[in-house]
Amino acid sequence: MNAAGLSALWSHWWRNKLQLATLLAGLALATALWSGVQAINSEARASYDAAAAVLGEGRFDQLVPASGDAIALETYVALRRAGWQVSPVVEGEIGVGGTRARIVGVDPLTAPGGSGTSVLTAPPEPQDFLGDGVIFAHPSVAEALTARVTQQVITDPGVAPDTALMDIGVAGQILDRSSLSRLIVWPEQPLGRGTLSEIAPELVRQGAQEGAEVGRLTDSFHLNLTAFGLLSFVVGLFIVHGTIGLAFEQRRGMVRTLRALGVPLNRLIALIALEMAGFAIVAGGIGVLMGYVIAAALLPDVAATLEGLYGAQISGALQLRPDWWLTGLGIAFAGTLIAASGALWRIAKMPLLASAGARAWSVASGRTRNLLGLSAVVFLATAAVLIAAGQGLLVAFAGLGALLFGAALALPALLDRALAIAERVAKGVRAQWFWSDTRQQVPGLSLALMALLLAAAANIGVSTMVSSFRLTFVDFLDQRLASDLYIQAEDAEQAARVEGFLEPRTSEIMPLLFVDTRLAAGSAELYGVRVGATYRENWGFLASTDAAWEQVAAGDAVVINEQMARRAGLWVNDELTIAPEVHLPIAGVFGDYGNPIGQAVISEALFLKLYPDIRPTRFGIRVADKDAARGALRDFGLNEPQIIDQQVIKDFSIGVFERTFTVTAALNILTLSVAGFAILTSLLTLAAIRVPQLAPAWAMGLTRADLGKLELLRAVILAALTMVLAIPLGLVLAWVLLAVVNVEAFGWRLPMFVFPLDYATLAGLGVLAAALAALWPARRLARTPPADLLKVFSNER
Amino acid sequence: MSVKVFILALLLPVAALAQGFAGLGTDADGFTVPERGFEFQFPRDHGAHPDFRIEWWYLTANLEAEDGTPYGLQWTLFRSALAPEEAEGWESPQIWFAHAAVTTPEAHHVAERIARGGIGQAGVTAAPFDAWIDDWQMAGPNFEDMQLTATGTDFAYDMALLAQGPLIFQGDEGFSVKSEQGQASYYYSQPFFAIKGTLTLPEGEVAVTGEAWLDREWSSQPLADNQTGWDWFSLSFDDGTKMMGFRLRQTDGAHFTAGTWITPEGQTTPFENGVFKAEPLKVSDVDGRAIPTQWRVTVPQKGVDVTVNALNPNAWMDVNVPYWEGPVTVTGSHQGQGYLEMTGYE
Amino acid sequence: MLLEVKNLTKSYAGPDGTVPVLRGVDLTLEAGETLALTGESGSGKSTLLHLVGGLDYADTGEIWMNGRDVARLDDAGRAELRRTKVGVIFQQFNLIPSMTVAANIAFHARLSDQNDAAREADLAHGLGLSEQLHKYPEQLSGGQQQRVAIARTLAARPALILADEPTGNLDEGTAAEVIDQMLALVAEAGSALMMVTHSMALAARMGRQLHLSQGQLT
Repeated sequence: MNAAGLSALWSHWWRNKLQLATLLAGLALATALWSGVQAINSEARASYDAAAAVLGEGRFDQLVPASGDAIALETYVALRRAGWQVSPVVEGEIGVGGTRARIVGVDPLTAPGGSGTSVLTAPPEPQDFLGDGVIFAHPSVAEALTARVTQQVITDPGVAPDTALMDIGVAGQILDRSSLSRLIVWPEQPLGRGTLSEIAPELVRQGAQEGAEVGRLTDSFHLNLTAFGLLSFVVGLFIVHGTIGLAFEQRRGMVRTLRALGVPLNRLIALIALEMAGFAIVAGGIGVLMGYVIAAALLPDVAATLEGLYGAQISGALQLRPDWWLTGLGIAFAGTLIAASGALWRIAKMPLLASAGARAWSVASGRTRNLLGLSAVVFLATAAVLIAAGQGLLVAFAGLGALLFGAALALPALLDRALAIAERVAKGVRAQWFWSDTRQQVPGLSLALMALLLAAAANIGVSTMVSSFRLTFVDFLDQRLASDLYIQAEDAEQAARVEGFLEPRTSEIMPLLFVDTRLAAGSAELYGVRVGATYRENWGFLASTDAAWEQVAAGDAVVINEQMARRAGLWVNDELTIAPEVHLPIAGVFGDYGNPIGQAVISEALFLKLYPDIRPTRFGIRVADKDAARGALRDFGLNEPQIIDQQVIKDFSIGVFERTFTVTAALNILTLSVAGFAILTSLLTLAAIRVPQLAPAWAMGLTRADLGKLELLRAVILAALTMVLAIPLGLVLAWVLLAVVNVEAFGWRLPMFVFPLDYATLAGLGVLAAALAALWPARRLARTPPADLLKVFSNER
Repeated sequence: MSVKVFILALLLPVAALAQGFAGLGTDADGFTVPERGFEFQFPRDHGAHPDFRIEWWYLTANLEAEDGTPYGLQWTLFRSALAPEEAEGWESPQIWFAHAAVTTPEAHHVAERIARGGIGQAGVTAAPFDAWIDDWQMAGPNFEDMQLTATGTDFAYDMALLAQGPLIFQGDEGFSVKSEQGQASYYYSQPFFAIKGTLTLPEGEVAVTGEAWLDREWSSQPLADNQTGWDWFSLSFDDGTKMMGFRLRQTDGAHFTAGTWITPEGQTTPFENGVFKAEPLKVSDVDGRAIPTQWRVTVPQKGVDVTVNALNPNAWMDVNVPYWEGPVTVTGSHQGQGYLEMTGYE
Repeated sequence: MLLEVKNLTKSYAGPDGTVPVLRGVDLTLEAGETLALTGESGSGKSTLLHLVGGLDYADTGEIWMNGRDVARLDDAGRAELRRTKVGVIFQQFNLIPSMTVAANIAFHARLSDQNDAAREADLAHGLGLSEQLHKYPEQLSGGQQQRVAIARTLAARPALILADEPTGNLDEGTAAEVIDQMLALVAEAGSALMMVTHSMALAARMGRQLHLSQGQLT
């Protein structure tokens, strides 16, 4: 019985191959977008985790030298013998086979849990690691290292990119150093140990949270990607839902026949569930593979993006990780289950003798529409509360989700209202029929139109954010890179000579003095600048006193970047402690995009008073003739790489940001295409029930060609209305991304710019997608044999 | 892989003793093997023997506060070698680890330290005697007069040790047989320490006095293949006599036992296999494990038939290679106190 | 006795309250017997047929077939009955549109594990379907479709065939032809036949006629 039942079910797909292809494609696309994004995410995360674990950063405090990069072995032993539970790390870089490899040596005996060898995928034997000095290397450097060292090299993807992990003794040999780089501090320490300042005054303790900053930034990027992945999946689900709904409607007759011939209902449902599970496996598998391809195609950009933006290293190689592989299949199953459960439920409830003809499966009653409207109101209210009052990145994203969902649910009611108005004002019976018939199509097309709405809104929101970001950022670069040339001296002595040489030859010299320090309870860079025309003219502030630069020049004030201001809750006229006993009012807050670290700027004179040992080795200069200045500097004895043209830096920086958004742009286009596909499948679904709806109009004098044209027009109008609603939704989305999510994730707020032309283009693309999707169904309708139209009047349907 | 697993694997030779993993038991891998008739030389042999695979300095003490509250104290330094040699710097194959504990009737405080030889973080020198790891130390001008310190996250102690009697050589003049197949170790003890000092506990500092027992043992082939763990007793009776006895449990349910009878003057009588008998009377649930915390110990030829009771049944040493170690009281034919160590119950 | 119906009642919920359709019907049928059920529209003849086939649920009464009361069977029991003992032929939409004629003919027999290719070929031949075996139902005329349904039912060798206006959608000439073929094959197979029809001429060709009026046999 099972074989016969399955063969009957399967015969439907065999006869309707296009439907089968649509179902599989929809499910596969949904899975692909989701799992592609997940693949990128989990790959990137795994890389950070590896890096963070090897470094011991993020989770543990560390002791680092106050100056230099060496801690004497004796200092480590002295700390241990004073009771300090610390674990040593030796780090350095070596050149291997034309590339650089980072050498990390750890002591597994003293390393706290979660650091040291804990990143390795295969546990090393102590005899191997300690005794024989086996080296565990990331695939990117393993081969080159093998040729360079005498120890055995084992490839382990758990190690951070370009890094090799080994026993501290082996690392010392390879790097030819006996000193240590830093010490990881155990979270739990014994009673009665000595104070750090007595045992090792040359070391400073670095808080655990500092390493986590990179994590916070990259988390936001991943969260962004995940949100896109989920959105794409939802759009894909609309397709699957549509196709499965169509298939079930078309098989109503078969279901009746099968039951009349004695297939029990439970068995039938089980067989259909089995069939659906089969589809989920096949389509999910294809989707995961497609996701892998998408991820592999986008990953170099993601890697470049993250590395450029945050200095986070991410491996360019993609691994098929079981976690996203399985979640991909899981989500395909979940999606199929969601899409099929309604249809299965209807079959279970359908009386055996119900009409065998297909019926409109999603004709929404007024009650359903009200229910949708009510849910929409609830979702939108939730969104408002979360976005206005919530704190934290996840809450902001939850608010965003509620907003999008609420807007999607509100769509059918809004379209219905708009079409009702059009129907009222329409002149002539033909137009009235057109509008009322269009209105009748809204419930059936609502899923696809919701998908289009979400895709378009996401598109508008993200493109607004990206373009605002770019505009602001280019402005910012113009400010920051105002000088014409940058000079990098070899040392302070050369710098002093260069400065003397340049004095008479340039209009302005700006030495760059800076020190890494702690300000307002966070790590920060303190800059000393020679305030001149360049700063006064080019450095704008988000907020400032009237004469901010004059105050800074006089040594009476400090200006800080937005990151520090937001993190420490400081603003103009608040006071900042620059050094013990040195408290200065904040004269201005400047935008500092893409930089995770706090910055404070004081005058050169004050800086040199606080840090008399620091001499500038970098200068920015303003010159009338760049090439002449370059030539003079070369003659003076500087190498070409020491003279940097600001335009090059600017281009490089902009390039980094451009790449950042290649990924989101690619996902946008994919999402919009998927939404178009959803419209196509919905129209195909509706085509079957359209014939009886259109037959009376045909009988009363509309030609089939007319019907086809009107069908196309109908899709275009519905899409256009949806796009009109998508624009405000997209703008709200952008505002939330810029003013809420960005502040939560990055610590600065981006000014929002509006790009009407872009939105018009996007709306046009959305309508075009809908028109393309409607073209074929409309053509099919225009070619419906008159006999089929006549049948409507002659038989049961 | 967790660090814990790494360390566990590292300590396999000792884990073999404690956990019945006996794969390394018979093969000495280039390490020196104990031989009968070895002549001990002091102070040299108080120091480390890097050509042997494992070695320990194992001190336990029964203490009493002024108010009569009994306490137990443990300070143990282990050496475990990856290779039979010593080297300078990080290349040293000598791994050191240590356990410290204070047992009260209500609580059991434990700390553990691990270090590598060769860099000065841990080691033992014979004269002047100094055994240390991190800030833990047992040191003094000689082996008879030492200061003992250890710290943990919730406890610390600082004690003075003064020997009141001679060294005791276990087994056949310090050659201690551990199985019928002939596995053996060098084993001597100083059971006559008077100990006095201060315990730092969460509830405050406590001044204590008492007696301590220090075991020195080194070997390269700890257990026979069929041995799964041991129960080790060091008992001090009120009449001044002392008795050491251990029972090695075998997979076939039989036991290999040995022991030493020690008079107050330090005269010793070794027990052949089977003379010393110990049978569990009561099993306690210690953190999910069934641990015998009350024993009947008998040595008919010495008229010993006593019940040994744990002061605190929860004296579980939750370290990388866990075991039970704690103070006991003795009642029956003889009265007294002592220490009990039980391994291989994980 | 193949079938015994005792005091069967059935009513439907209508817009103006409950509408009784069957008001206590008693009926017996012997193996191999043919019976016509006639009556006006709404007289309950189709309902009676559906109840006997376990396609619908009776309010009260008993339907004894093969030693079991169909009215008391659960869904699985009814399904098994239809699979193995009863064949149902509706007025239209009998076939699985995505399967070929040959597959449709074999289908019921496959469900009841009685698949017999030779017999199916004979039936197809007897019904003049030999040329249509590889076509799909939508490519057949109405009469051909009903012939396929008949072949499918007979291939499964049910003891009882329930036919609900099997030729109601066909023109008179075709209807007569189909009925001829069906009656001959049913007789040959030895199955009992219970047919709902409003054609007196057709009813007259059956072994026995029962007339239903206002939910009762007259």
